[in-house]
Amino acid sequence: MATSWTPDQPIVQCVDVRKSFGALEVLKGISLSVRKGEVICIIGPSGSGKSTLIRCINALQPISSGSIQIEGIEVTDPRLDKLALRRKVGMVFQQYNLFPHKTALQNVMMAPIHVLRQNRAEVEARARALLAKVRLAGKEDSYPGELSGGQQQRVAIARSLAMRPDIMLFDEVTAALDPETVKEVLVTIRELAEDGMTCILVTHEMNFAREVADHVYFTDRGVIVEHGPPDTLFTAAKDQRTQRFLSQVL
Amino acid sequence: MNDAERGHRLAVLLPYRLAPPRMTVRISPPSAAILCFCAIMAASTAWAQSGPAMLSPLQVILKWSPLLLWGFGFNILISLLSMVLGTIAGVGLGLALLSEFRPLAAASWLITQFFRNAPWLVLLFFVMFLVPFQVTLFKTTIPLPDWIKATVGFALPVMANVAEVVRGAVRSIPSTQWEAAESLSFTPRQTMWLIMLPQCIKRMLPPWMNVYALVTMSTVLASIVGVSEMLTLTAQVHAAEGGRPELFAPLYGFALLCFFLYCYPINLWTARLERRYRVR
Amino acid sequence: MQAIADWFQRLYETTGLNFSVFYDAYDWDRYFSGLKMTLLLSVTTILLSLIIGAVGALLQGSPSILLRLPVNAFVVVFRNTPPLVQLFFFYFGLGTMLPAVETAGMRVPLLNNVQWAIISLSLFAAAFNVEIFRSGIEAVPRTTLEAAEALGYTRLKAYIHIVLPLAIRVCLPALNNNLVNLLKTTTLAYAIAVPETLYAVKQIWSESQNVFEMMVLLLATYGILVGILVWLMHRWEQAMRIPGYAR
Repeated sequence: MATSWTPDQPIVQCVDVRKSFGALEVLKGISLSVRKGEVICIIGPSGSGKSTLIRCINALQPISSGSIQIEGIEVTDPRLDKLALRRKVGMVFQQYNLFPHKTALQNVMMAPIHVLRQNRAEVEARARALLAKVRLAGKEDSYPGELSGGQQQRVAIARSLAMRPDIMLFDEVTAALDPETVKEVLVTIRELAEDGMTCILVTHEMNFAREVADHVYFTDRGVIVEHGPPDTLFTAAKDQRTQRFLSQVL
Repeated sequence: MNDAERGHRLAVLLPYRLAPPRMTVRISPPSAAILCFCAIMAASTAWAQSGPAMLSPLQVILKWSPLLLWGFGFNILISLLSMVLGTIAGVGLGLALLSEFRPLAAASWLITQFFRNAPWLVLLFFVMFLVPFQVTLFKTTIPLPDWIKATVGFALPVMANVAEVVRGAVRSIPSTQWEAAESLSFTPRQTMWLIMLPQCIKRMLPPWMNVYALVTMSTVLASIVGVSEMLTLTAQVHAAEGGRPELFAPLYGFALLCFFLYCYPINLWTARLERRYRVR
Repeated sequence: MQAIADWFQRLYETTGLNFSVFYDAYDWDRYFSGLKMTLLLSVTTILLSLIIGAVGALLQGSPSILLRLPVNAFVVVFRNTPPLVQLFFFYFGLGTMLPAVETAGMRVPLLNNVQWAIISLSLFAAAFNVEIFRSGIEAVPRTTLEAAEALGYTRLKAYIHIVLPLAIRVCLPALNNNLVNLLKTTTLAYAIAVPETLYAVKQIWSESQNVFEMMVLLLATYGILVGILVWLMHRWEQAMRIPGYAR
């Protein structure tokens, strides 16, 4: 689908996104826009709809109303070419979700070979380079069961990167990790951001958000309460809800 | 997946549970019966060319159903008797399997494996041919009719299966229970009878009922060795009605129906019990 | 070979234990062909039931009730009726309804008894396999499927490359149990005069009057066959083991 998107326009644009699960409305009109190369953090109490939002952006969940545009492609379009969308957007989950019956290298190689039908030799070379980049060189032939949580999460990041996306979504990727391993994952994400990848993170890691994010959104009960650059949001939040949340977590 | 995987924080594979199909359209046994019956009748009447003197398949079944149902009752009797025999022997064998006395446990394991790995029909032949047709004890001759021998023949695999069920149930109780009992200075035998077995009854019930369903369905094997039960009677009825080929499907269909109506509720109930007693 | 035959001949002469199969060529031929028939029945029914079971399990997960209901009905009926009666229903009931074919001037039924036995037993075992595979598929967490979807896999591709390999590994023990049962159930074919092991052995003991010895041989044969199958299944389980997730 030819789009008239140019890099000066927002790479992700959500306009008044609403999502209901039956009678329960989880997203009540979310609007946000992300420019290319930006790092966005979405913070907020649990149940505020952060994970749902990020799944809707990736078309894993349909939305009830509103519009989500990624590089000009309308995600809500019934004729959406999902494969084209998935090539642009990579996602890393809280539960890593590596495929346990394949080695780390095979996990990274699988999607480009099966889905994109790329040449096996060049995929393997790229996969090895990616694993080296996330500092797991030497673990290519280990199975997920033999790796620690942090290592598995880094393999998951490498796996998403193998599809060469333009945008990376991270859904609370450090929430299930031991404190020692959280840092190694955050360092990896930070390097990714510094290389220029557009990242949208749902996270509880406030320090990370403060250091790395360009823009922070605070959501509560399905709406964006407040947003702004981390310096302003974390030190001089305007809304009372934001202040209360930040005082609890910082 | 055992507790070792909990160390990986998140189970990659959920625990495996054999779940019976949840029919989205719940068909209660009576309506299922009517549906099956109509299907079988429809299938067979399509082929029945009944002349004026011949009965239609439906009439044949109605005419002979008292006899066939009596035969089915006989199958049930055999299944109940062999279940009782097999359960008693099986519990004993199961306890022997768990015994601390190594030679006993080993011998019981051999017996269990032997009777579990042998086909039911072969065991039946074994008992039928090698057990004499009458036995003389203390100057009295006790005749052993065929159906008694068949009952014993079915009781043997039941015994082995029940032994496995008992062993599995006792094994599934966490070892911490044993340790607690030991620290309270219960003897092994007391532990078994006062603590383990009462807990096990619940865990043993669904697989035990499963074994019963298996036995019930196996009782028809007795027709092969000449016991006069429902299937033999079906064949005789067929011959009595002139051996018409188009009567085969309705008659065997009727047998299928009877067993289905008996076993399906049992299996539903077993599944319900299993869900209720689900062991974490 | 001759040494074995001589030994059994001597055994007969000294103790009266008549294992005629080992020293009499004719008896051996009958026994061996029975064994081959049992193997044929076992292998074909195992393979067929696996295929039918896999297809049925996939259909059971479909959103359309038109596909789910027949599979559920099939499973429920075949699990709750005796396999012997199913066999008779197929062979006598349906067999006589099918048209007969003319071969060499004789009217022969379309499918012979061996083929009907294979069909009936495969369907019986497949009903159990559908449940087993279904439970295996459901043991794969939804989040794994979600991750596959996020990588761009279509539903079908995700099933083939990710869900099915994992599902099979999980349900292997239950599946092996079912396949061993299937091997034992092939003896039912005796009832429709399929010349498998039980049939052959019965013929031998009817003539030679060595019921006890032939029984022992029969039980030993099935013991060995089951043992081989269990060993093969065990090897398969080992090959499919996922390192890092010890059973």
